[in-house]
Amino acid sequence: MSILDIQGPARTFGADKPKTFRLPKVDADRLLPFVVPVALVGLWQAGSSFGFISDRIMPSPLAVLSAFWQEAASGDLGHNILVSGARALAGLAVGGSIGFLLGIVNGLSRLSERLTDTTLQMVRTIPHLALIPLVILWFGIGEEAKLFLTALGVLFPVYLNTYHGVRNVDRDLIEMGRIYGMGRWSLFRKVIFPGALPSIFVGLRYALGIMWLTLIVSETIAASSGIGYMANNAREFMMTDIVVLALVIYALLGKLADVVARALERWALSWNPAYQR
Amino acid sequence: MTIAQVERDHRASIETTSETAPSVAPAGLRLRGVEKTFGKNRVLRGIDLFVPAGQFLAIVGKSGCGKSTLLRLLVGLDQQTGGTIAFEDGQGQEIAPNSRIVFQEPRLLPWFDVADNVGVGLGDGVARADARRRGEAALAEVQLSDKAKEWPSRLSGGQRQRVALARALVSRPGLLALDEPLGALDALTRISMQALLARVWQELGFTAVLVTHDVTEAVHLADRVIVLDEGRIIRDIAVPQPHPRHHGDASLAKIEGQLLEAILGER
Ligand SMILES: Nc1ncnc2c1ncn2[C@@H]1O[C@H](COP(=O)(O)OP(=O)(O)O)[C@@H](O)[C@H]1O
Ligand SMILES: [Mg+2]
Repeated sequence: MSILDIQGPARTFGADKPKTFRLPKVDADRLLPFVVPVALVGLWQAGSSFGFISDRIMPSPLAVLSAFWQEAASGDLGHNILVSGARALAGLAVGGSIGFLLGIVNGLSRLSERLTDTTLQMVRTIPHLALIPLVILWFGIGEEAKLFLTALGVLFPVYLNTYHGVRNVDRDLIEMGRIYGMGRWSLFRKVIFPGALPSIFVGLRYALGIMWLTLIVSETIAASSGIGYMANNAREFMMTDIVVLALVIYALLGKLADVVARALERWALSWNPAYQR
Repeated sequence: MTIAQVERDHRASIETTSETAPSVAPAGLRLRGVEKTFGKNRVLRGIDLFVPAGQFLAIVGKSGCGKSTLLRLLVGLDQQTGGTIAFEDGQGQEIAPNSRIVFQEPRLLPWFDVADNVGVGLGDGVARADARRRGEAALAEVQLSDKAKEWPSRLSGGQRQRVALARALVSRPGLLALDEPLGALDALTRISMQALLARVWQELGFTAVLVTHDVTEAVHLADRVIVLDEGRIIRDIAVPQPHPRHHGDASLAKIEGQLLEAILGER
């Protein structure tokens, strides 16, 4: 039902009567989350237009939009987005794979868990961004530095959640697999991995947040391309519109990553009543 | 529990029989002086028992008397600390163990649909399409054909337990062990599940060992009921009445009385 209907339902009128005017049917419930952001942008634009907000401090939304057109037309924006996106994915792939494998192995093997878990927990307590000075000394400001930091950042949430997922698989189900003669691989594929998957997805979504955060910081500090570089470079020329544009792009990329992860999750966990509609 | 542990432990043998086989070669069971102790706790204290191939045996007794422990030994989920357990065919020749067990909880894989869950009962060696086809045939036996593509979470408790039964039976085991399989179901579902169990047992002819706390259920389904008390068999009563049996049958009620007396009285 839509609260935007101007008149009641059309069928209450006779068939021969002219059609009543209606707004296109929109699901008001879906629009609701956008009301506040749209209103804020409107206020912001009004504030800028009427001179309450200085351009030095905050460019108007229209200025950001025009910066977007300029940057997009020159091809710089597309290039920088691709560079940042590739860095993010590479870091996720490397750190995520290591975290995933460690989580699986430590979840399954008591020996490996005894051997490595304490060390991992200790390293985890160091904020990975604190390593930036050291990383720059090691790798300079090349790609390795950013890859290392991003991979390190995503490793731990993926590791922890994979490990807990594997550990918390229903023991009755494992015993069932054993009763029905499942071999090692079969038990992993049919029981342990799917049982751990909801937890693995929690780790993945958490890792995505850390991935962007790490990338933003390391691109701002040490890079010669990418969105973070674009923002930092613009700062030197006091181009606030481009700085804000970079923030908007980061927000959109972050949202995109989350949407993709959620869709993947809904598809992979369609058996779970929590994901059934 | 680690995979390595799982590997080391007993793996039930998988019997591959044709899906068209209408009946099973039932397995007889011979237990001699079976003991099981956990630390200092002597749970089973010398069980001697012969179960002829094809019999429906029920085991009743107070909670904690060792019923589940005995059942787990029968299907090889645990090792006895003394005595022997042997499987034999109808002619008394020793055969390889081939048994299945159904628990109170259905233990279905929530991420597999119903047909794939039943297919698990065939073991690793069977291709998925083949397993599904045979799974669907087994589902028909428990009157659940229309749920083949459903997620387990969408089924009622009774339906889930029927899927677990189909999974246990799809490989045509010679012995089916049931550990309070209907214990979690409501009274009406329980009665219809009892009828289903009786029918499947008659059609397929396997040996059945049912643990239950419900004496009425035991008498209604079994050919023979044994009473376990502190790890010993204290009563062994035949139930000769022919199937199908009716609830409220006076001769069954009399046996029920004897059993209750044995369970509650002797101390
Ligand atoms: N894995 C185990 N470790 C230690 N004690 C056990 C174990 N399994 C069962 N027991 C003990 O064995 C006794 C009988 O248990 P069980 O066979 O489950 O009884 P029930 O007749 O109720 O099924 C209980 O005292 C229980 O504590
Ligand atoms: Mg029990």
